[in-house]
Amino acid sequence: MSVEIEPKTDAAALGDRLHPEPRHEPLVFERSGKGKVGYSLPPLDVPDALAIPENLRRADVEGETEITEVEVARHFTRLSRLNFSIDEGLYPLGSCTMKHNPRTNEELARLPGFAASHPLAPEEVSQGTLELAWRLEQALKELTGLARVTLQPSAGAQGELAGILMVRAALAKTGDPRRVVLIPDSAHGTNPASAHFAGYKVQELKSNVRGTLDLDVLEKAMTGDVAALMLTVPNTLGIFEDRIRDIAAIVHAKGGFLYCDGANFNSFVGVAKPGLMGIDVMHMNLHKTFSTPHGGGGPGSGPVAVTERLVPFLPRPTVERRPDGAFTLDFDRPESIGRLRTFLGNYGMFVRALAYISAYGDRIGEVARGAVLNANYIRARLTGVYHLKYDAPTLHEVVFSDKKQGEHGVHAIDIAKRLMDFGFHPPTVYFPLIVPGALMIEPTETEGKPGLDAFVAAMRAIARESEEDPEIVLKAPHATPVRRVDEVAAARQLVLRWRPKE
Amino acid sequence: MKFLPTSDAERQAMLQAIGAARVEDLFASIPREVLGPAKLGPPMSEIEIRRFLGDMARRSANARDTAFFVGAGLYHHYVSAIADQMLYRAEWLTSYTPYQPEVSQGTLQSIFEFQTHIALLTGLDVANASLYEGASALVEALLMAERLARGRNRAVLSAGIHPEYRETVRTYFANLDLEVVEVPLAEDGVTDRSALAAAVDDKTFAVAMQSPNFYGLVEDWKTASSVAGPRGAHAIAVIAEAASLALLAPPGEGGADIACGEAQSLGVPMQNGGPLLGFLACRTAHQRQLPGRLVGETHDAEGRRAFCLTLSTREQHIRREKATSNICTNQGLMALASNIHMSLLGKKGLREVATQSHAKAEYLKRRIAAVPGYRIPHVGPTFNEFVVEAPVPAAALLSRLAVRGILAGVPLSRWESGAERRFLTAATEMNTREEMDSLAAALAETA
Repeated sequence: MSVEIEPKTDAAALGDRLHPEPRHEPLVFERSGKGKVGYSLPPLDVPDALAIPENLRRADVEGETEITEVEVARHFTRLSRLNFSIDEGLYPLGSCTMKHNPRTNEELARLPGFAASHPLAPEEVSQGTLELAWRLEQALKELTGLARVTLQPSAGAQGELAGILMVRAALAKTGDPRRVVLIPDSAHGTNPASAHFAGYKVQELKSNVRGTLDLDVLEKAMTGDVAALMLTVPNTLGIFEDRIRDIAAIVHAKGGFLYCDGANFNSFVGVAKPGLMGIDVMHMNLHKTFSTPHGGGGPGSGPVAVTERLVPFLPRPTVERRPDGAFTLDFDRPESIGRLRTFLGNYGMFVRALAYISAYGDRIGEVARGAVLNANYIRARLTGVYHLKYDAPTLHEVVFSDKKQGEHGVHAIDIAKRLMDFGFHPPTVYFPLIVPGALMIEPTETEGKPGLDAFVAAMRAIARESEEDPEIVLKAPHATPVRRVDEVAAARQLVLRWRPKE
Repeated sequence: MKFLPTSDAERQAMLQAIGAARVEDLFASIPREVLGPAKLGPPMSEIEIRRFLGDMARRSANARDTAFFVGAGLYHHYVSAIADQMLYRAEWLTSYTPYQPEVSQGTLQSIFEFQTHIALLTGLDVANASLYEGASALVEALLMAERLARGRNRAVLSAGIHPEYRETVRTYFANLDLEVVEVPLAEDGVTDRSALAAAVDDKTFAVAMQSPNFYGLVEDWKTASSVAGPRGAHAIAVIAEAASLALLAPPGEGGADIACGEAQSLGVPMQNGGPLLGFLACRTAHQRQLPGRLVGETHDAEGRRAFCLTLSTREQHIRREKATSNICTNQGLMALASNIHMSLLGKKGLREVATQSHAKAEYLKRRIAAVPGYRIPHVGPTFNEFVVEAPVPAAALLSRLAVRGILAGVPLSRWESGAERRFLTAATEMNTREEMDSLAAALAETA
């Protein structure tokens, strides 16, 4: 079962096919021309008052654009074509969960009742928007098996902070907030950063040879000074901590909380419940598990689910349903950790997530089953070709390394760049840190077998090239809008903006 | 299921390649006792989902179908159709953080342009690729100032800063061994310079103020910078209504070291409060302490201009607990929308939006001031929002007006006690004279 796939080494040919126009697009400021206009407003229908003293006003914004709508349309269309996207092909960026984004969700989020509504409008005229937030919370409660969910955090990292702050508040109430948060060495970098900003010292736990948490190590580290263990489930290797309940028991026995980084919830959503695992608090990424678009890097949305014990500390406000059926915001929460941002959260993402959950309903476990099948298929087809440091069973992703290719001087970054020539986005590279030269592959459930086969064929071809013709891999990419970009030069000589010519 | 492209035959072939009999076998590592399906009801078709969510959308008032004057940090401004329609392009919508610059030049260049727009508008040298929203942008600005002034532990905030921004700062700073001092406003509703000066000591790393402040009053950035500078603290300018940046003296001119806040007004729909668009700008000397994503210009192997993420060694995926911030993503799609919007409006349009918003608010202010029983408590200059004092409790008044299709503003009682009869009302270029007349007439009826 092999698929023929040709590397697109002929840069010009690929360029002609995908990018027939020049690949270089000037900056929008460089397209500007004096006197051009790209907008129209109605004439002012009130007196032209200017009641601000001159010393508090500015002159025109020098350097700002003068450009027509036509040119703006061209500019941003041309720029867009320099991007790779999910709709073009497999985007197996591990840990990021790049799956198909249903377009009906985009349409719904733009309904005026959502897109043109304001969270500070009176509740009497905001029942629909409040109900949607309440319904999303109910769905996430059902999926996690936990007591309540805050939708407020703007993204996963802010959710982590909210979760740890709630833990801290609960412990502080007993008189001892404790000083330490335990985090395995396989964790996302946001975990230690979030714990730090919640005022905790981070203690790293070394993973065992299986790539999972070592219970002896945990037992030793889990003292009365530890507020929480932050555990990614399944971990960043894609391995489920099969002793999760024992882990929870160890943490709870010492009065600590078990925090779950739910970035990988998509691998067991609708199949297993964090509430049954002994998890006390868990953030989810709506842009991962629930398919809100990644948008070139945000917006995210990071709801946090908690056990009953942490409910009093949820961020303010919460959305409540009154006995008469009306929805209301509850600000009267004296033990709340407060707010992490303005308003209710990334509401537009709530709309998309609820639409997504509704499409699956009771069958949402198929998301996890599809993701796990696809990742295991890639694993089976590439094992032996690429080194697999940890061979425990994995769920939704698989982390290979460049160890074999490294013998020929080819490294993870080169493999990543070469994949672009085959028409794929590269996997996540050099993460998790416990796998040197990591290639972290997450195909998600929305990739079909033909796409997976083509990816496998490309990965096999690159492995072959690494032995027979490493230069072509080392000099990759050859068929992208720009060749390999000099990131070192960018950091050395910082140019962070365009400047008008004097 | 229409989002799952694998046929039964393909699934069988895949299972065979894996060596598993059933998909369920792949989950063997999950203990049985934690397994549990979710009960969410039957799957819905696209038509049913449209009905289900569409019904909720209809049961919320929106700015298109009402006379709309609600602001308080989130504003109803003009956004051209092209800005939103461009977001539908898969290359923008379905791509991610541009970790791999060779296949992400579109996103990278757009962010570079966004950084330039923000630098131009704030009058500062550089800006980052965006942050979540205004309140957490202020947190990041304060933490940045603390890094720049190592060893100092006090932040001084004017009470003219949006109350939800200040509450966010309190949440973030609660456990950081940093002191946050809030300085009450003077009688006239603007930052009290002498009180501010009195609160600043040699341990102060930042002095932050907002203009237009939460009550809509235009402040002088020098109030903070003249107090901060001599004590070695950093002046932070907070902007919650970014449309003002094209008309009001920019933070850079007023001596601010850092400008931060909410750029939603510049091309992002209200969306019931999110996703929004935080921004952070600073002077070149401090650029290496900027948190969040940054895009820099560089070149490719053939010498062509190219862009990439830069200074990632400050970030959490490298530095972990020693990172400048725990933020991972920026607000990519919102920054794109804003870049398109700012580019379209440009020098002339951004200014006209600001001057129209201001002129309309001035008109509305005069109309409301003329309604018997109503009063404008502050005399200072405002941009496009101001406080109204009603003869009756404001929250109930606003609810009564809302059910009549007039969303007249936000009651201050939401954030402070002792202000039961006061509300904030805002006007933008979207409001017509008729709407403003109808608001004044409705207030006259309720007086």
